Amino acid sequence: MLNSRRLVLAHFWLAFTVFGLALVLGAWQMFIRSPLHTWISNPEWYYRSLTAHGTVMGYVFPTLVAMGFGYAISEVSLNQPLIGRKWAWAGFWLIVVGAVMAMIPVALGRASVLYTFYPPLIGSPFYYLGVVLVVVGSWIWVALMSVNLHAWKKANPGAPVPLPMFANVAGSYLWGWTAVGAALELLLQILPVAFGLKSTIDAGLSRVFFSWTLHAIVYFWLMPTYIAYYTIVPRAIGGKVYSDTMARISFILFLVVAMPIGMHHTFADPQVGAGFKFIHSAFTALVALPTLLTVFTICASVEIAARMRGGRGPLGWIRALPWSNPIMLAVAFSFVMLGFGGAGGLINMSYQLDTTIHNTQWITGHFHLIFGGAIVIMYFAIAYDLWPHLTGRAMRDLGLMRLQLWLWFVGMIVTTFPWHWVGILGMPRRMAYYDYTDPAVAPQAVSVMLSAIGGFILLASGLLFIVILLRAQRAPREEAGLYRFSAALHPPVAVPALNSYALWIALMVGLTVTNYGFPIAQLALRSDTSVPAVYVGANP
Amino acid sequence: MSDDNVLSPRDPWFRRAVGITAGIFVLTALGGFIVLPYAQPELKVSGLWDAICSAAGVVRTSSAQAPVQPDPKLTKVVITSALPATPAPDAIGRGATLAQQCAICHGPTGVSRADSPNLAGQYAASIYKQLADFKNGARVNAIMSPFAANLSERDMQDLAAYYAYLPRLPGYHPQQSQPAPKIVINGAPMRGVAPCGSCHGALDNKTGSPWLEGQPAAYVKAQLQAFASGERRNDISQQMRNIARRMTPEEIDQAAEWYASQPPTLIHTN
Repeated sequence: MLNSRRLVLAHFWLAFTVFGLALVLGAWQMFIRSPLHTWISNPEWYYRSLTAHGTVMGYVFPTLVAMGFGYAISEVSLNQPLIGRKWAWAGFWLIVVGAVMAMIPVALGRASVLYTFYPPLIGSPFYYLGVVLVVVGSWIWVALMSVNLHAWKKANPGAPVPLPMFANVAGSYLWGWTAVGAALELLLQILPVAFGLKSTIDAGLSRVFFSWTLHAIVYFWLMPTYIAYYTIVPRAIGGKVYSDTMARISFILFLVVAMPIGMHHTFADPQVGAGFKFIHSAFTALVALPTLLTVFTICASVEIAARMRGGRGPLGWIRALPWSNPIMLAVAFSFVMLGFGGAGGLINMSYQLDTTIHNTQWITGHFHLIFGGAIVIMYFAIAYDLWPHLTGRAMRDLGLMRLQLWLWFVGMIVTTFPWHWVGILGMPRRMAYYDYTDPAVAPQAVSVMLSAIGGFILLASGLLFIVILLRAQRAPREEAGLYRFSAALHPPVAVPALNSYALWIALMVGLTVTNYGFPIAQLALRSDTSVPAVYVGANP
Repeated sequence: MSDDNVLSPRDPWFRRAVGITAGIFVLTALGGFIVLPYAQPELKVSGLWDAICSAAGVVRTSSAQAPVQPDPKLTKVVITSALPATPAPDAIGRGATLAQQCAICHGPTGVSRADSPNLAGQYAASIYKQLADFKNGARVNAIMSPFAANLSERDMQDLAAYYAYLPRLPGYHPQQSQPAPKIVINGAPMRGVAPCGSCHGALDNKTGSPWLEGQPAAYVKAQLQAFASGERRNDISQQMRNIARRMTPEEIDQAAEWYASQPPTLIHTN
């Protein structure tokens, strides 16, 4: 059952439209700070663009994809009409209003603070209020997912919640809790200063609050991708999920340990004690566990599909896979990028190794490879898979779809590998200008040029993606049949403890208290930790 | 719901999940708060509690003695964009009366003919800060220091309000069309020098930075040299000293002469 087609389509179209715009900005940024272009003379334009790119790609785009996909999952997997569709539209419009409200001051140069806010930099209050509206809009989605699940549970007492919905609600709860950190930072620290009620700000405490959000937000971005791995890929290539229980354990682990680990983003910050940094580093290592479980389960599921198609031999089955199927191609590319990105992540989370690459272009390369690469390529796959069911029209551009995915994969590798490399050479991030004529920087010039070329390949792929969706929207009408998610090899009969969230939410909140309670309380209670705010674009 | 009794301590899932989580936390806490502090000899922990406090980031007072006071004096003015508050209604009039004694160097209309800075239309925050620093001794000048010594807080605020109120005068600048030098527009990123224009006018004006267009070249040059040599040190966090030290003598000349050749910009009037 997919009744709320317009709702889901509205989310996806808005998501991919703003994604296309932010992609143009990203390519421009890569270009103008590379040796291919002369210095633009005013760093303000660069930071303005960077703020817009980050805000759209970090907050607006993935949130809309998760919400649209979440509404579709709720209707299809629970086989019940969406409860609270009006509220869902209200959430959507809140995001539209919030995004516009945030982007106007950014475009005017009144909020060039980057999407991570960076206090004591303070921009226009409308920028922060816009971000708050986006988050509030997404909280409506969190509530609706919970309401829909409970209605289904009431109607089906004791039955195992379908895996897509179980994962979807776990993702929504993770987001609901992890967004609290940034909300506290905005409401308690930044907005009073932005409105002029205070002129000093506790930058250290603000950064600790933001780290609460900053790491788990990545897992929120990741959730639709992992849901697609488990519930779209096996069905799309003609197989079954190897283990439904393993999938549930993975999502539960994300819920518990994705959030209380964010201080590995503040390894270089003096306001956090080394003991807490160590605890966060160790818990960050744990979050590799659900990813490894997932890689194992999906590889096993894919092998099942290959053997059902007649694949033989220890590795010979790989050739039997349906490589002409865009979903197969997307998941393979996604895994390769997840592998490289994950390996880089192990370096970032190690207290000592991090010191060599902290605040360098390595980090920017890392999160583009993981988010832009492994995650977003599966967003494309989700859109390709759902589109015929949302539009009621056939998608016939299989060749174009494969080309688009190839371009994205090649573009992302060409962009991010040199990016990692110049990071190791010591190139700092968040800078608008590099003097490539200097002997110390000259050896990085070739890598930066390659990276910029990769950025244009990505732009071409992103625009091609939108063209494919537009063409599909104009194709002749055709009934796509019933949409369904993958079946498990052994369908779940009873899943004690993996059918509800209370225990896992309690552990998540408990770990938040143990891992964040003392550092936050300590900074909040001290009176000498505030610094004068620096107003962006304010009159001197 | 039937599956909600998982939250009971008697449920095996509950015991296992809570036990494993608590176990990992205790292990990592032992590592972070006890093993690691002792593993770093340079940390010199005096006992178990000291090790835990150090790892938790509790501020430790390592010496009972009072902190060393810097010599010479530092500026005590904190510049925020909220400063100064709206001047009192009679501030400009009082400031004008007080400014009589400044006119001999800074000109009766706030425009100098003696290579002293032009004050007409300068930001109030900048004028106030310099007066306060002269008075406090953070900035020293044979002529200005005695003048400032007798000024009250109110006098300094009123003088700042008066000069900020005066109109900026365009003046005679025959060479204003020459292109801005690289140091003003690009700075010298490899030496960590921000563009002059990103704070002092040409690209942008930032809180607490005076605008420089039309200021006498001799004055701007002398100040940059004084910052570079450390003779002048009332800049907050050594912002200007760090910049001036890394500028070449040619860049100092170029910046001073280019700003002197520009008419005061008419945007940003208060």
